[in-house]
Amino acid sequence: MTDLTEQLRERVLAAAADKAPLCIRGGGTKDFYGNAPAGARLGTTNHAGIVAYEPTELVVTVRAGTRLAELEAALDEQGQMLAFEPPHFSLPSPASGRGTGGEGATVGGCVASGLSGPRRATAGSVRDFVLGVKLLDGKGEILNFGGQVMKNVAGYDVSRLMAGALGTLGLLLEVSLKVLPKPPAETTLRLDLPQDKAIETMNRWGGQPLPISATCWSDGHLTVRLSGARAAVAAARGKIGGESVADAETFWRGVREQQTDFFSGAGTLWRLSLPAKTPPLSLPGAPLIEWGGALRWLTFDGPADTVRAAVSQAGGHATLFRGGNESVGAFQPLPLPLMAIHKNLKRSFDPQGLFNPGRLYPEL
Amino acid sequence: MGSPEEHRQLSEAEIARLVAGLRRILATDSLLVEREDLVPYECDGLTAYRQLPLLVALPTTEEQVVAVLKLCHELRVPLVARGAGTGLSGGATPVKHGVVLSLAKFMRILDIDPVARTARVQPGVRNLAISEAVAPCNLYYAPDPSSQIACTIGGNVAENAGGVHCLKYGLTVHNVMRLRVALIDGTVVEIGSEGLDAPGYDLLALMIGSEGMLGVVLEATVKLTPKPQLAQVVMASFDDVVKAGNAVADIIAAGIIPAGLEMMDKPATAAVEDYVHAGYDLNAEAILLSESDGTPEEVAEEIAAMCAVLEKSGATEIRVSRDEAERLKFWAGRKAAFPAVGRITPDYLCMDGTIPRKHLARVLTRIAELSQKYNLRCANVFHAGDGNLHPLIMFDANREGEVERATGYGGKILELSVEVGGTITGEHGVGIEKVNQMCVQFSKEELAAFHGVKAAFDEHTLLNPGKAVPTPRRCSEYRLTGSAK
Repeated sequence: MTDLTEQLRERVLAAAADKAPLCIRGGGTKDFYGNAPAGARLGTTNHAGIVAYEPTELVVTVRAGTRLAELEAALDEQGQMLAFEPPHFSLPSPASGRGTGGEGATVGGCVASGLSGPRRATAGSVRDFVLGVKLLDGKGEILNFGGQVMKNVAGYDVSRLMAGALGTLGLLLEVSLKVLPKPPAETTLRLDLPQDKAIETMNRWGGQPLPISATCWSDGHLTVRLSGARAAVAAARGKIGGESVADAETFWRGVREQQTDFFSGAGTLWRLSLPAKTPPLSLPGAPLIEWGGALRWLTFDGPADTVRAAVSQAGGHATLFRGGNESVGAFQPLPLPLMAIHKNLKRSFDPQGLFNPGRLYPEL
Repeated sequence: MGSPEEHRQLSEAEIARLVAGLRRILATDSLLVEREDLVPYECDGLTAYRQLPLLVALPTTEEQVVAVLKLCHELRVPLVARGAGTGLSGGATPVKHGVVLSLAKFMRILDIDPVARTARVQPGVRNLAISEAVAPCNLYYAPDPSSQIACTIGGNVAENAGGVHCLKYGLTVHNVMRLRVALIDGTVVEIGSEGLDAPGYDLLALMIGSEGMLGVVLEATVKLTPKPQLAQVVMASFDDVVKAGNAVADIIAAGIIPAGLEMMDKPATAAVEDYVHAGYDLNAEAILLSESDGTPEEVAEEIAAMCAVLEKSGATEIRVSRDEAERLKFWAGRKAAFPAVGRITPDYLCMDGTIPRKHLARVLTRIAELSQKYNLRCANVFHAGDGNLHPLIMFDANREGEVERATGYGGKILELSVEVGGTITGEHGVGIEKVNQMCVQFSKEELAAFHGVKAAFDEHTLLNPGKAVPTPRRCSEYRLTGSAK
């Protein structure tokens, strides 16, 4: 529960003086994500604590090093939640190589990675819930953007720009997030469907006013979570059909944290972001599908170009998520004019290229 | 860096080159140069500020837009993109030595995909036209600014428009998936995707709400929402605005996110009732409208919960809409609040601060005190769910000194919003109206960061110069004197 703004600022100023790159790091649970981290490690986990939380304003402000689990527990006490259901991605435990539950993930890392969980398709993503940030730029200036209110169009939306920027534009000091009440009722159902029918079904449901809060298709099973008013969940249950799933919470946590059987195998894991209605791709191997069809995970050890070409033809993009040949770059290459804007933004916020060099793209 | 007064004047020769170039690009009737043709473009919804542009270009194809941009870029001529001109902050006010680029002719809905629940539209398509076009698929476009009959999606993107349902359904930034954008040098880029994310920085978030200063929207792909089966609204009266404000917090604390949650004070209610005859309680100090939507079962459950909370919070009267006609009647007044106030005063200024809701009582008390001080009436309508307050300052521009008094009063309200931890603008944008107050809300370094973002897209400051982000010089003047040119 300490404010280390000054210490962090001194580190940035020293790095700026030495022109020595920094690797901003919270719990280190997402070290695997993006291109390889580089630079001297600058830890943020001691810059922690909930700065302000007013449940009736639906806003919480936290220091970036705050454990995500701690924030979630504080919200839970008030019957509220982070509606984008972020993955923690724990440090692998040495014994099993599998996760431990993600105690280490920080709020800063959550925002910087921009990753959202099962509820994303209906509730929105991390960036949708970012209301404000306080950050250190590459010159060591402390800057505030956005705020603690839900509607704010004063100046460019720099706060949301930080979501998913992987720390390349600045060191997050504090973030303000919109929070939502937890749904009064929740139930999970499972249907047996092949991939193509599952995609069709999820899209058909998406066009109806149903309280669907998560979908997951894998290995011939479509699992659906309903959340909302008791009456709405009960009514929707009849329309969806299928069998009730016991211990649904464990199931959805497993999907979110990538601890289900699908994710246990070796091999290169690709994250495919696609228009939801895209039919099954003609790539080898069966995916795990979330977000009503808009997010597909695929283990594929073939050439990156094969995946990226198939996905971009369908109007999406592919991220090398875990494993594989790092030289292909974690993220789908950008068209030149967009890369030019990226470079300009990077130069503006971080003129000396101190923060997380190359983590997002080698050019940044 | 650009503000209109600092933008250089073009020489006669440069103007001749510009006009000749534009004539090659555009059809004769797509280029306005005569004074009488330019007058309709001299202001937007912020009518207190007027400025004739050099000329107005009304392209009809993407190629023409690109060619106009290239020409202006080459000649370093500033350019202001414009939709329907309904904006309330002067975001589309012309620049004296610049071109107005009207997107009014881009009115086509290019594609409706009921399965993907998306619509791809040109920038001049009206907000409500999208919902009307997709209604047969039982879908709608959620953001519903009061001007939705007239305002265009291009303008909505520029301002990050909200509406009365954005507490539950989000703002423009939450409902636009992809933009096709022409940059100042004529390069066309796709920002965002038809999936749920795109690689790299979230440029879509930067574009939305950028007040036409980063690029020109050529197409927008918007997300469509399934129409709820039923909507019902509760109208509650309070004998005290503080009680009404607390009732809002109580509803949220009960775990309810209403589809709409709006408040009006007594002056606003009186103006509105006189105009639409919705049967509002004229004795109430504040009226609260709280809407529930969803399945009939869900709505019944939520309405019952809302009523219980409102009763406990001290509502003096509670009415629940009995049918769709009555629901629309309850809303009619709120939706018509601006024109209703427009009827009882020659002119009004609409403020747009957002505040943490807990400070509502303090802010309303101060607004009332300032009303005395400036000797101007003020009615308040409030997007209570998200803290976005619209004080409507009434004045008469023909009376000596009233414009200045109204502007001064408005400025104080905005500074008050910042003081309590809020923002000067929730959904109307900074434009030229609130550019001075940006110096209050942001530090020199933060403003420099905004200029950096601008330069990343438009290094010569040609797109909508002088709007939204003040120059350091302007701020030092404002900080010294409390006013700036």
